[in-house]
Amino acid sequence: MANVLVFTELHDGHVKPVTLEILGKLAGQSADVAVIGDIGADQVAELAKYGAQNVHKIKGSNLDKYSPEGYSNALGDFIKSKSYDYVFAGATSMGKDLLPRLATKFDAGLASDVVNFTFDGGSFAGTRPLFAGKCLAKVEVTGPKPHFVSIRPNALGMTANPTAGAGAASDVNGNAGEIRAAIKEIIKAASTKVDLTEANIIVTGGRAMKNAENFKILNDMADVIGATVGASRAAVDSGFAPHAMQVGQTGKTVAPSLYIACGVSGAIQHLAGMRTSKVIVAINTDPDAPIFTKADYGIVGDLFTIVPILTEEFKKLLGK
Amino acid sequence: MNIFVCVKQVPDTETKITPTGDGSFIETASIKWIMNPYDEFAVEQALLIKQSNPAANVTVLRVGSVKDTEALRTAMAMGADDAALVEAADNLDSYSIAKALKGAIDKTGKKPDLILAGKQAIDDDALQVPQILAQMLNLPSVSVIVGFEQAGNNVKVKREVEGGALEVYELSTPCVLACNKGLNTPRYASLPGIMKAKKKPMAQYSLADVGVSDADRRVKYSGFRLPPEKPPGKKFDATDAAKQKDVVSQVVGLLRTEAKVI
Repeated sequence: MANVLVFTELHDGHVKPVTLEILGKLAGQSADVAVIGDIGADQVAELAKYGAQNVHKIKGSNLDKYSPEGYSNALGDFIKSKSYDYVFAGATSMGKDLLPRLATKFDAGLASDVVNFTFDGGSFAGTRPLFAGKCLAKVEVTGPKPHFVSIRPNALGMTANPTAGAGAASDVNGNAGEIRAAIKEIIKAASTKVDLTEANIIVTGGRAMKNAENFKILNDMADVIGATVGASRAAVDSGFAPHAMQVGQTGKTVAPSLYIACGVSGAIQHLAGMRTSKVIVAINTDPDAPIFTKADYGIVGDLFTIVPILTEEFKKLLGK
Repeated sequence: MNIFVCVKQVPDTETKITPTGDGSFIETASIKWIMNPYDEFAVEQALLIKQSNPAANVTVLRVGSVKDTEALRTAMAMGADDAALVEAADNLDSYSIAKALKGAIDKTGKKPDLILAGKQAIDDDALQVPQILAQMLNLPSVSVIVGFEQAGNNVKVKREVEGGALEVYELSTPCVLACNKGLNTPRYASLPGIMKAKKKPMAQYSLADVGVSDADRRVKYSGFRLPPEKPPGKKFDATDAAKQKDVVSQVVGLLRTEAKVI
C-alpha cells in the first residue's frame, strides 16, 4: 500500500472536483490531503467521504495568493516532514506551474497530465496522451521519492461508491520563504463561463464563421445549454476569437460530454484536441469534411441556418 | 544582457503519429520536423528585446537528435546570434532535458539574464522543462505568459490561467519565462537572414559533456499505442431547407434519448 498526499487547490473556498476524482481512484492506498489556506468542516467532510485520512491545512504569511516559490517552499517543507511515496495534484493552471518546481526540490520525477492509473503492489503506473492525444503511452516515474503525478481534470470521473477515510483535520505552519515572482493584480476574464478544459458542453466555431461578430449565434446557443464557446485554429488565426478559446494541438485539449463543432473542417491537429469528447455533433456544408469521421451525429448543412434552429430546439427541450 | 532561448524540435502539427512495432516510441523516419510552435514566441520575444537593447546576445539552445537542425537554424535566421545543440534521443524526459539545458548554459560561460522557452512542447505536452530549469538554477519563473513589459532589470508579465483570466506578475531578472501564443507575432526568417544563419556559430555537445546520464531519467514511457477509434456515427442531410427543421429536431431528440447528454 502506498502512502499518498493529494494537494488540492481551492476555488472560492471549495476543493476542486479533480481532488475528489483522485481520492476516489486512490481507494486501497493511504491518502492524505494538503491544502494551502483554510477550508470549512463541510469541505473536510467531503474529502473524508472520498477517502482522505488526514487533511492538513497549511497556513502562513504570504500564502494568501498563489506564487510558484511560496507554494513550493511551504509544500516542500511539509512533504519533507512526512514520508509520502507519491504526491498527486490536478493538472490545472496552478498544478502545471507548481508541480515541476516542487518535484525538482526533491530531485524527483513528475508524470504530468495523466488520464488513468493503477497501483500494483504500491507501485504507480499511469496512462497519458502524447502528441495532443494522437497516441497514448504507459508512464512510470523512477528515481528519488516521493514521485509526483498530475491528473487531468474530468478524466478519471467521480467514484460512485467511495470508501470513506477518517478525515482528521489539522493546522500546519507554512513558511513561504523568499518570493521573487509575486502576483500584483488579477485581471478577470471577460467571460464568466467555466474554462474549456473543465466544460461539460462545448460549442466550437471554425473558419466558416467568417468573422468575430458571427460568434454571437454560437454564444446564444451556448447560453441555452450552459456551454463554453471554443474556436478552431483557423478561426483564431483569422482573428475571429482569442487564443484562450482555441481547441486543438496548439490550443486546449478538451473532453466534454457534448462537443458541437460548427463550420469546423476537422484538421488533424483539431481532432487531436477534441477526439475524446463523449458525444460529438458536427455541422458542415462539406459532406466529406474530416470532422464527420469523428462525429456521432453529423449534420450536412449551413451552420448559419442550422445553429439558430438548433438553439430553438434546445430551448423547447429544456423548457426555456 | 545574455538571453537564452530554449527550443525543441517536434513533429509538424499535421503529422499522423504511428507507434513503433514494439511500442517503445513513435516512427520518426518520415516525420517533418518543425520548431515547437510555442518556442517561436520565445524566440520572437528575445529578438524584440534585442531590438531595443542591441548589446543583448541571444543564444538558442536545443536538446535532441541531430538528424535535422531546422529549429536552431530557423531561430538564427530569425535573428538569434548563436546556438548550442546537445545531442540526445528525441524521447528524453523533462528532468534530463532541463539538466542538459542547465549544463549547456554553464558551457557558454555566460551568466543568464533572461531564459525564455515555449510554455510546452507539442510532442510530450509535459509543461515541465522551464519550471524545472528555474528550480535547478534557483531562479524565479512565470509560465504561460501572454504579456511582457521591461524596465531595466524589472519585468512585468501576464500569465494566462483557466477561463482566460490573467495574473500580473512583477519580478526582476534573471528569471525564466515560458511563453504562450498571443505574446507577440513571430517574424518570418528573411532570405539574407537564412544566408547569415549558415555562418553563425553552433556549438555541439553530447549529454555526457553537459553532465547528464541515464541515471537522470525520472519518467519512463512504454506501450505507445493509438487511441481506440470510435464506431462511425449517424449523418443527416440538411442541405434542403424544407428538411432542416425535422433533421435538427431529430438530432436534438437523439442527444436526449440515445446519447443522454442533454
